[in-house]
Amino acid sequence: MKVKEMIIEKLLFLCASISVLITVGIILVLLLDTFEFFQEVSFVDFITDKKWTPMFKDKHFGIGSLLAGTFLTTVIAVGVAIPIGLSIAIYLNEFAPKGFRKRIKPALELLAAVPTIVYGFFALTVVTPFLKQFIDIDSFNALSAGLVMGIMIIPYISSISEDALYAVPKSLREAAYGMGTTRLQTAFKVTIPAASSGIIVSIILAISRAIGETMIVAIAAGQKPTLTLDPTETIATITSFIVQVTTGDVEHGSIEYKSLFAAGITLFLFTFMLNNISYFIKKKYQEKYD
Amino acid sequence: MSEKKIMLEARNVDVFYGEFQAIKNIDMKIKENSVTAFIGPSGCGKSTFLRVLNRMNDYVEGFALRGEIEINGEKIYRKSVKVEELRKEVGMVFQKPNPFPKSIYDNVAFGLKIQGITDKAFIEERVINSLKQVALWDEVKDQLKKSALALSGGQQQRLCIARTLAVEPSVILMDEPTSALDPISTSKIEELLHELKKKYTIVIVTHNMQQAARVSDDTAFFYMGELIEFDKTDKIFTNPSMEKTENYITGRFG
Repeated sequence: MKVKEMIIEKLLFLCASISVLITVGIILVLLLDTFEFFQEVSFVDFITDKKWTPMFKDKHFGIGSLLAGTFLTTVIAVGVAIPIGLSIAIYLNEFAPKGFRKRIKPALELLAAVPTIVYGFFALTVVTPFLKQFIDIDSFNALSAGLVMGIMIIPYISSISEDALYAVPKSLREAAYGMGTTRLQTAFKVTIPAASSGIIVSIILAISRAIGETMIVAIAAGQKPTLTLDPTETIATITSFIVQVTTGDVEHGSIEYKSLFAAGITLFLFTFMLNNISYFIKKKYQEKYD
Repeated sequence: MSEKKIMLEARNVDVFYGEFQAIKNIDMKIKENSVTAFIGPSGCGKSTFLRVLNRMNDYVEGFALRGEIEINGEKIYRKSVKVEELRKEVGMVFQKPNPFPKSIYDNVAFGLKIQGITDKAFIEERVINSLKQVALWDEVKDQLKKSALALSGGQQQRLCIARTLAVEPSVILMDEPTSALDPISTSKIEELLHELKKKYTIVIVTHNMQQAARVSDDTAFFYMGELIEFDKTDKIFTNPSMEKTENYITGRFG
């Protein structure tokens, strides 16, 4: 019996360590090739160069162009998702009948379950042609990719924010009603401030998701790294560049190959940072209600 | 004392939650500047009846009310009555202290700011006065910017009362306001009631019969959704007219 217990214990430990080891391994691989990359390309160029053209004869490695693309699509997506997501959360929490809330929440979460390739296709074949009727826009552009990505991340914001609003003690809400607040005032003056840390976490997770999103931007935004903040232009994000290179035939060990890792670790740094911020906020927030 | 004005009057009030009838045909008149205690066993309808008086049950699913309630001459369940306005007139203090996670100052100023009052000097004066009325001023005057959640339970409850006073209601409803507090905090709040009734009409639900006897002028005994007896507190506790009341206050059930 004792032996059996021990074996199970060791097995569980092994399973737990595997996930940690894999993470550490990924970081190591990224770091190693990134290190080699910076043997050939100066870090200053990486930050300041205005072009990103590792596949051309005249090679430039200015990550700024890819960051601009990522930033642009993410800002558009978040700009769509925050107002819609928060409105949904407030409506479901404060106004919707209980039964409706129960049914609509899983339905909303389906939005996040649609394969991203479908979204990408939707952006390219529906949203872009639609936008073309009104504005002069490239066939591949940041705007339609960002808009569709925004729809995709709505449930991240609406669902997590609603959970946070729901967790606000009923006694606080009653206190507000007792003071003569309307439902809208209750939401904006009491429940939202009380749930603010949860709401911020939801927004950060959505941003993190948008930064890391690949398929939608690879399909609909194009693959032309451009240092621009014009949403109608063709751009490339960090993720779509990685897709482009890994699906092509790049020689192992070449500078193009190594540039993948430099781009990858940049992406990793951003999402890692955002996830940590949200973890930090979450921890503070849990203390408050204990 | 009988010439005191009637502040609150209920006529033939029935309350339903779906099929369940929580309140059965209650008539009651509550005098201005008095403390009225609602007593009775759990589930007797006393809290429901209290919450009916500022329409706190409006959002409860299946809630329905028949009959009429008049406060300060206004029929409060009329369509034309704005429930938010009513609740400024009829404040409420809850069982568990529930200050907002804001500063002490902002808690007391909350009701005024909700009404759209922006005059800072006016708000400050009201905040100070309200805190003085609940005898909390000396304890918190140097830490008004501190979070209300850092106060003790008893202080929090007095803060919640101050928050209610700040909008100057005519009636204050209290739903077992001391049941979560220690004896010292409880006696402070009881002392407070004696002061407050000079300006306000107070209705208090309590499980503690000694408390009802100590603080109230009139006592209403509820049982199974009915108002069994409503009379001067002295009379209820020394010479009740109904057998059920006597059985309850002597501890034979409940």
